[in-house]
Amino acid sequence: MSSFIAAFGWIFDPAHNVGPDGIPARLGEHMLYTLLTLVIAAAVAVPIGFLIGHTGRGRGLAVQISGGLRSLPTLGLVILLALLLGIGLIGPLIALVVIAIPPLLAGAYAGVESVDRATVDAARAVGMTEWQILWKVEVPIGLPLIVGGLRSAALQAIATWTVAAYIPLGGLGRYLYDALPLRDYPQMLAGAILVIALALVVDGLFAIVQRLVTPRGVSEGRVSEVHDTMRSASGRGAVLAD
Amino acid sequence: MIEFRSVTKQFPDGTVAVDDFSLIIPSHKTTVLVGSSGSGKTTILRMINRMIDPTHGSILIDDRDVAGLNPVALRRSIGYVMQNSGLLPHRTVAQNIATVPRLRGVRRASARSQALELMQTVGLDAELADRYPSQLSGGQQQRVGVARGLAVDPNILLMDEPFGAVDPLVRAELQHELLRLQGELGKTVVFVTHDVDEALLLGDQIVIFRRGGVVAQKGTPAEILASPADEFVASFVGADRGKRALHVEHTRGGDIVVDSDGNAAGVLADENAAS
Ligand SMILES: Nc1ncnc2c1ncn2[C@@H]1O[C@H](COP(=O)(O)OP(=O)(O)OP(=O)(O)O)[C@@H](O)[C@H]1O
Ligand SMILES: [Mg+2]
Repeated sequence: MSSFIAAFGWIFDPAHNVGPDGIPARLGEHMLYTLLTLVIAAAVAVPIGFLIGHTGRGRGLAVQISGGLRSLPTLGLVILLALLLGIGLIGPLIALVVIAIPPLLAGAYAGVESVDRATVDAARAVGMTEWQILWKVEVPIGLPLIVGGLRSAALQAIATWTVAAYIPLGGLGRYLYDALPLRDYPQMLAGAILVIALALVVDGLFAIVQRLVTPRGVSEGRVSEVHDTMRSASGRGAVLAD
Repeated sequence: MIEFRSVTKQFPDGTVAVDDFSLIIPSHKTTVLVGSSGSGKTTILRMINRMIDPTHGSILIDDRDVAGLNPVALRRSIGYVMQNSGLLPHRTVAQNIATVPRLRGVRRASARSQALELMQTVGLDAELADRYPSQLSGGQQQRVGVARGLAVDPNILLMDEPFGAVDPLVRAELQHELLRLQGELGKTVVFVTHDVDEALLLGDQIVIFRRGGVVAQKGTPAEILASPADEFVASFVGADRGKRALHVEHTRGGDIVVDSDGNAAGVLADENAAS
């Protein structure tokens, strides 16, 4: 308990809230790295995910590649790329993008795929172009799942950027690595608490966004949709029995 | 007029859904395609708006081969109504009806007022305009589907078992509504169903399919009832069961019409109803 008090004492110490290694600066770096990671990873993964979800092709391959990327050891990848590309932001950024791609990809194709194929077929039959089907039907209806992918990618990036601070880089992970040789446990704990707090806040914000983007007609319809399906299923049964 | 000229459709997996099919579908009339499941009715219907392209043969609308038309533009010019309505779940009733006009660039406000008019045409309360499809009954959803099909004032209306998933009472109501609408609008309707009674009620021309997409008989309801081409058709329309062979029976309560099983089918109206 006393170590927590010490850690919070460290966090609220005015001396730790200014300057290039003050909390606002480190927090800002961490969020900037995370944002950069998400933007680049989304630029790669979301279009591919939409394509897979819309066409229904390439899903198996995407699952395999995502699985492969997921199983890469995170810290090993960060260090390897840092060694290959030199110390700096680029190496870990590439590693982090690679790590953020699988959840984004999965969210994007699962979201698009989750739309009832009969709905998509109807949209096509009344004269929507494929592009309009994607943007006016599949994306709006699948948005909660797409945002869900972004949510897990963001959490993954926040966690991994903490570890990646091992390469001399900014971000909240610095507090852990700087304090370790000094055995400055209040600072280490403070760093851990800050990372956890950031992750929780981001997770909470995404939870709210996910709820906001759930289309009204879809969220309210669940019960009666099930009802309708059952009704039409039994109707079909009756026809067969004839 | 829609014309099928020796149309064959073989799917990539080898299934021949439609084999050398020819038919003329006259304008401003209702043509009903009826037959058992898997006989190729939906495939035929969807070849008209190029949702499916034939492997052989051609389909002409007013003497123009649809193969030469842009599929998206073609679909926007043809109404399409399907089972389970196919409405967009994230859009309100009015927005669903206005979908195609909006795609064609009609302004939001005028698309909406037109949608409200159409709701009245198909017998929907204007109060429902801002509901979502999931908040409607099955019958209401189908009415919205019909309104959406009519939204661009198409010459052709394709209907694929539009009333297949609603209960019999609502179905009867929707069928009569469609008859009324068709009397006013005179569209070229192509209607697919499993239900012979529905076919006889709605069709000016009926095409009966047997398995494998082969036409068993085509003609007016009267022609088909009066002279079924073969046993298959006879059993399909129920003529063999005597279901439609009615005779009058005199009872103390008055004259009633009875089918061959002895079940009462109706009463004989006083005046020369038989003519
Ligand atoms: N995309 C497809 N790929 C392969 N076969 C198909 C495809 N669509 C339909 N078929 C097959 O073609 C045949 C005709 O199908 P179709 O849907 O036209 O029948 P239908 O008369 O509309 O049947 P139902 O009354 O059950 O709706 C069936 O054997 C069906 O399995
Ligand atoms: Mg069908």
